[in-house]
Amino acid sequence: MQVKVFVTPRKGILDPQGRAIEGSLASLGFKNASNVKVGRYITLEIAAASAQQARDEARRMCEQLLANPVIEDFRFEVEGE
Amino acid sequence: MKWGVVRFPGSLDDGDAIWALADVMGQEAFILWHKEESIRGAECVLLPGGFSYGDYLRTGAIARFSPIMKSVAKFAADGGLVIGICNGFQILCEAHLLPGALTRNRTLSFICERVHVRVENASTPFTRAAHNGDVLRLPIKHGEGLYVAPEDELRQMEERGQVVLRYVDASGRESDDANLNGSTRAIAGVANERFNVFGLMPHPEHAVEPMLGGTDGLKIFQSIAQGPR
Repeated sequence: MQVKVFVTPRKGILDPQGRAIEGSLASLGFKNASNVKVGRYITLEIAAASAQQARDEARRMCEQLLANPVIEDFRFEVEGE
Repeated sequence: MKWGVVRFPGSLDDGDAIWALADVMGQEAFILWHKEESIRGAECVLLPGGFSYGDYLRTGAIARFSPIMKSVAKFAADGGLVIGICNGFQILCEAHLLPGALTRNRTLSFICERVHVRVENASTPFTRAAHNGDVLRLPIKHGEGLYVAPEDELRQMEERGQVVLRYVDASGRESDDANLNGSTRAIAGVANERFNVFGLMPHPEHAVEPMLGGTDGLKIFQSIAQGPR
């Protein structure tokens, strides 16, 4: 099963990349852009008997490796659900 | 003291750490390959600087799962002394042996400079050859050294004295300019609650001979060489 994982900086954590991009967007004239965050997008396949099993495994992967809970939030999608 | 210096694929400063400990200080120091499962009787484990596993995913995130890290975690749980420098600090945070995390410098650039850090707690096994308020001049060289931790955790860390080193100017005063990477509360080095695990972004092993521009790094290693309290 195809899994898409989205990792983003946790609210309140400094995101210097997001801030720099926000500044660049402003200098390009995109004055309406705000709250830019830079994260990570990971795709993987899980051989699972059910979507529920894939979800459980994906969650454990995120908690143990793909995201750092101190600074990052994660969400994921299991394709075909 | 017997020192085990862990070498991960991508470690850079393992050789310099051995040089500082063995050649300069006359300590017994040996390399521990990351695939080893024993720390072979080391009395202090040093995780060196570098780019373990190419800094893939997050700095230190992959190295944390190396076989040697199980033994390091057990050693730390038993009260053994562990120091992580730069990438070693990042690995210790990822392994939850130290609180917080290290993220991209606020400049978004790699910083290679000499900085000043103030000893905030000289009663730890890593700083007791110094005094509270001492200013050490040490090099930094990192792209991801901005220390962050949840605010309530930071407050508790400050109260318990876990903030061991802070970036300051040459006169020992805190200033925004002296905090090059933008670390929260200008934190440069932290210890765990038990004070047997310590991580810092500056490189004491690069400041052990006058020829290298200073010897302040020796203070850290001399403190540790006195052994656990």
